[in-house]
Amino acid sequence: MAFTLTDEFKQRAEKICARYPRRDAALIPLLLELQREAGYVAEEAMDALSGYLGLPYSRVKAVVTFYTMFNRVPAGKYHLQVCRNISCHMAGAPGLLAALRARLGIEEGETTKDGLFTLSAVECLGACGDAPVLQVNEDYFGRVTAEKLDVLLEDLKHGKYPSTR
Amino acid sequence: MENILLRDKVRDLEGYFACGGYRALKKALAMKPADVTEEVKKSGLRGRGGAGFPTGLKWSFIPKDAQGPRYLVCNADEGEPGTFKDRELLLKNPHALIEGMAIAGYAIGASRGYIYVRGEFAAETALLDKAIGDARAKGFIGRNLLGSGFDFELSTHRGAGAYICGEETALLESLEGFKGQPRLKPPFPAVKGLFAAPTVINNVETLAAVPAIIERGGEWYASIGVPKSSGTKLFCVSGPVDRPGVYELPLGVPLRDLIEKTCGGLKAGKRLKAVIPGGSSVPVLTAEEALKVNLDYDSLAAAGTMLGSGGVIVIDDSQCMVKLLQVLARFYHHESCGQCTPCREGCGWIEKLLDRLEGGTGTPADIDTLVSVAEGMTGRTICPLADAMAMPVISFVKKFRAEFEAHAAGRCCPPEAAGKH
Repeated sequence: MAFTLTDEFKQRAEKICARYPRRDAALIPLLLELQREAGYVAEEAMDALSGYLGLPYSRVKAVVTFYTMFNRVPAGKYHLQVCRNISCHMAGAPGLLAALRARLGIEEGETTKDGLFTLSAVECLGACGDAPVLQVNEDYFGRVTAEKLDVLLEDLKHGKYPSTR
Repeated sequence: MENILLRDKVRDLEGYFACGGYRALKKALAMKPADVTEEVKKSGLRGRGGAGFPTGLKWSFIPKDAQGPRYLVCNADEGEPGTFKDRELLLKNPHALIEGMAIAGYAIGASRGYIYVRGEFAAETALLDKAIGDARAKGFIGRNLLGSGFDFELSTHRGAGAYICGEETALLESLEGFKGQPRLKPPFPAVKGLFAAPTVINNVETLAAVPAIIERGGEWYASIGVPKSSGTKLFCVSGPVDRPGVYELPLGVPLRDLIEKTCGGLKAGKRLKAVIPGGSSVPVLTAEEALKVNLDYDSLAAAGTMLGSGGVIVIDDSQCMVKLLQVLARFYHHESCGQCTPCREGCGWIEKLLDRLEGGTGTPADIDTLVSVAEGMTGRTICPLADAMAMPVISFVKKFRAEFEAHAAGRCCPPEAAGKH
C-alpha cells in the first residue's frame, strides 16, 4: 500500500521541525501526528517519514518500537487503557480489567470484531489521586466504578463521547 | 500558610497577571544573571523531581565561557508511580512554570527552552501551548523580553510513553529524537547536554517556584520549611485515604499530619500498614515508622528512605505486600531500557521470582535470591532505574518478610485479594 505524506502534513511538519536546530529531533512529535490521523503508525508511514526527515528506516523503527504509545496495528475507535500500577491496583484495577474483558469479550491487546474497542493494560498514568484511572484515546477518566464503566461503555457504543472533567 | 504554587484564579494569563504574575521576570531582567542564580542558591531550593540536588548550584555548573547555544529543559515527564503533582501544577498554574523558565533561561544564558511533557498528557500539553502563546503575545516569551535585549523562545515537546525518559539524559536522547536510553556521565548535561550544548534540566515544580523566590527573595523562601529543606513541596497522596490528592505544605511537616489531618485519615474500616513516601522507587516505611517521620530530605534519609518526588502511597492492611511488589516488579521490568545487563536481567529475574511466590510455587530460598539479585543490581548501572527496582525489593522483604515466608510455605493470598495478574 502506497503511503504518501500530504502537503498539509508537510506544512505542519515544517513548523514542528523549525523548533529544533536539527530536523531529526522532530521525529517523535511527527510520529504522534501521524498516529493521531491514522490511529496507528503503519510500516509504510515509517518509511515515508524516514524519507522525509532523511533518516534511515531503522532509526524510525527503533523509536516506534521503543515507546509504548505507538500502535503498530490499527487500534479500535476507542482505545481503552487501564492503569494497573500500584495505586490503581489497590483501588481495584484488576477488577476493572476483568470487567472489561468480560464485557467486551477480548483480552488485553485485542480489538473487538466491530472495530470499536481496543483493550490495553498500561503502567502509571500519573493521575493516582483519581485511581482507578482509565484512559480512553487521549482522555483520562478517574475513580472508575462498575456503574460508571457501564455508562461509559454504553455512551461510547452509541457514539457519545463523555466529557472528562 | 499561603500556597506558593497551587493557587486559585491563576489558570490563565489575565488571572496570573492580576495576582502579580510576571513581575518577577521584570525584576530578574534588571539583575545580573549571576545574581539571579545567587538568589536561587540563597533560597535553598532543591530539585523537586526526586534527586533533591540544589537548584542554584546546578545552574552555576554551566561553564561561564561556553560559546554557542545553551538550553533550558523542563522535565514534565511525570511517571513515577504514585506521583501526580506536576500535572496538577500544569493545569492550575502554567504561567508560574513559563515565567520560571524565562527567569532560569536568563540566569544561565539560554535563549531556548523546551518543556518535555509525558506523551499521555495531551490535554495538558495543549493547555501549555496556549499559555505559552498568551505569554508570547504579551512579550514575556520571544525576542527582546520586556525590552531587555534577552531572547527566550519556548516550546513543548511530547514524549511517547517511556518511564525512563524521566531520567534527565534519557530525556535528552528522546528530545533529540532517539530511543530514551540514558547517557554515561560525565560529561554532565551542564557541559554537554541537549544537541551537545550546555544544558540545565529542572523539574516542573522546581522551575515554578523560581518566580516567587525572585520576587520575594531567597531569604524569604529559605525561612519556610526546615533547615536544608526549605520552601513548600507538593505532596500527592494516593491509596485508601479519605481525601487523596495534591497538597502544598512546608517541608518538614509530619507524615502523620498529612495522612490524618490533610487527607482525613484512612477510609472507614482500613488500618495503616505501610507508606511509600516518595514515589514507588523509594524504600517503604512500616506504619510505625511512617507515623514518626517528618517530610523533609534529612528526616526521611534518617528513616532509611527518601523524599523522592513527594508521591505518598498509603497502603492499608487489606493489601498483600508480595502482590504489591509483584506489581512494581512488572513495571520496572517493563520500563528497563535494556541497555545495562544488571537492570535488564535483574528486573526480569525479580519479576519471575515474585510470580513464583505469588503463584504458590516459590520456595524459601527464592526470598534470599530476591534480595541477592536486588543487591547485585544496586549502583552497577548507567542510571538509577536498577536502584529504583532494588530499593523496594530490599525494603519490602526486610520489613514484611513474614508475608514472603507465608507465600513460600504455600499460604498465598486468596485470589480475590491478589487480583488477576
